[in-house]
Amino acid sequence: MKLTVNGEPLEIEHPISLEELLVVAKAEQPEYVTVELNGEFVDHAGFASTRVQDGDTVEFLYFMGGGAR
Amino acid sequence: MSSLTNEQLERYSRHIILQQVGGKGQEKLLGSKVLVIGTGGLGAPATMYLAAAGVGTLGLVDYDVVDLSNLQRQIIHQTPDVGRPKVDSGRETIAAMNPDVEVHTYNERVTAANIRDIIRDQDYDFIIDGTDNFPAKFLINDACVLEQKPFVHAGIIRFEGQLMTYVPGAGPCYRCVFQTMPPKDAVPTCRQAGILGVMGGIIGTLQATEALKYLLGIGELLTGYLLTYDALTMKFRKVKIPRNPHCAICGEQPTITELIDYEQPACDLRKH
Ligand SMILES: [Zn+2]
Repeated sequence: MKLTVNGEPLEIEHPISLEELLVVAKAEQPEYVTVELNGEFVDHAGFASTRVQDGDTVEFLYFMGGGAR
Repeated sequence: MSSLTNEQLERYSRHIILQQVGGKGQEKLLGSKVLVIGTGGLGAPATMYLAAAGVGTLGLVDYDVVDLSNLQRQIIHQTPDVGRPKVDSGRETIAAMNPDVEVHTYNERVTAANIRDIIRDQDYDFIIDGTDNFPAKFLINDACVLEQKPFVHAGIIRFEGQLMTYVPGAGPCYRCVFQTMPPKDAVPTCRQAGILGVMGGIIGTLQATEALKYLLGIGELLTGYLLTYDALTMKFRKVKIPRNPHCAICGEQPTITELIDYEQPACDLRKH
C-alpha cells in the first residue's frame, strides 16, 4: 500500500488507522498534530476509526510558536 | 501626474520599474497601513522590509524590552538598545531608514480588551502576527476574523518555520487548522527549544512579502495554504488547507462571538 505522508512516499503492508499511522510515520507529539487526509481535516476523535487506503495523501500539521522573544 | 516626489522616485526606483508595482503601486504602498504585533524574531525583519518598501504607516505592538539574547536575530534592535522598550528602538530604526514612514507604537501586550481598539486605531489594512506564544496567536486570529481584517500568521522553532495568510471570506483562518490551543509548555517555544537566528529573517520576510502582495493586489497569497520550511533540508512545502465548516470563529455556526483572554491550560492538566 502506497501512501504519501507530508509529501514523501510511505509504503505499508496492510491498511491501518490514522492513529497507527501517526506512530508508523513518527509524528511528533501526535496528541497536538492536525491531520489532513486527502485534503480534509480529521478530528482527533476520528483517528482510531479512520483507516488509510492505498493512494491516500496525509499531512501532519504542527503547532509552531516562536517569533518574538 | 504622480504624487511621488523626486526623492521618492529615486528611493523607490527599483519598485517603480517593476511592471506589477509601478508608480501607482508605490503610491498604494505609501498610502497603506500595516500593524506588526511583536517586534521580535519575525516582526523585526518584517517591519524593516515594510519600512524600506515605503509602507506609509506602520504600527508596532510590543510590551517587552530589548534583551541581549534578542540581538542574535531581532535585527531591528541594536546593542545600545538593550533594556529599552522594543517599540522605541523599532521606531528609531524605521525613522533612520525611511522618513516617509509614520510609526505608531503600542507599548503593551495585546489582550482581548485592547486588540480590537489597536487594529481600529489607524484602521490598519493588514496585520502581521510576529508573536511567540499561542494565546497571542489565537487572539490575533480571532480578532482579525471578528474585525474582518487580513493577517499573516507565522511560527518558527529551531530550524523550521510556517506561515499562512488569512483573508476574510477567501479561505481558512488559523483556527480552522489548529482548533484549540495546546497546553502551556506542551509545544516548546524558541526560548525553550532554541532558534537559528536567520529563521525570523526568512519567515518574517515572507510575511512582509505577503503583506506587500496583498496591498498591491498582485500574485497569489498563501490563502488556503500553509507554507512550511525546513532549513536543514532546504525544503519549502505548500500544503493546501481547506476551510473548516465547524471552525469556532469563522465556521457556519461560530461559538466564539467575542474575544476572551486565552490562558494556556497548564501542561499537567492535560487529558489523554
Ligand atoms: Zn476558521
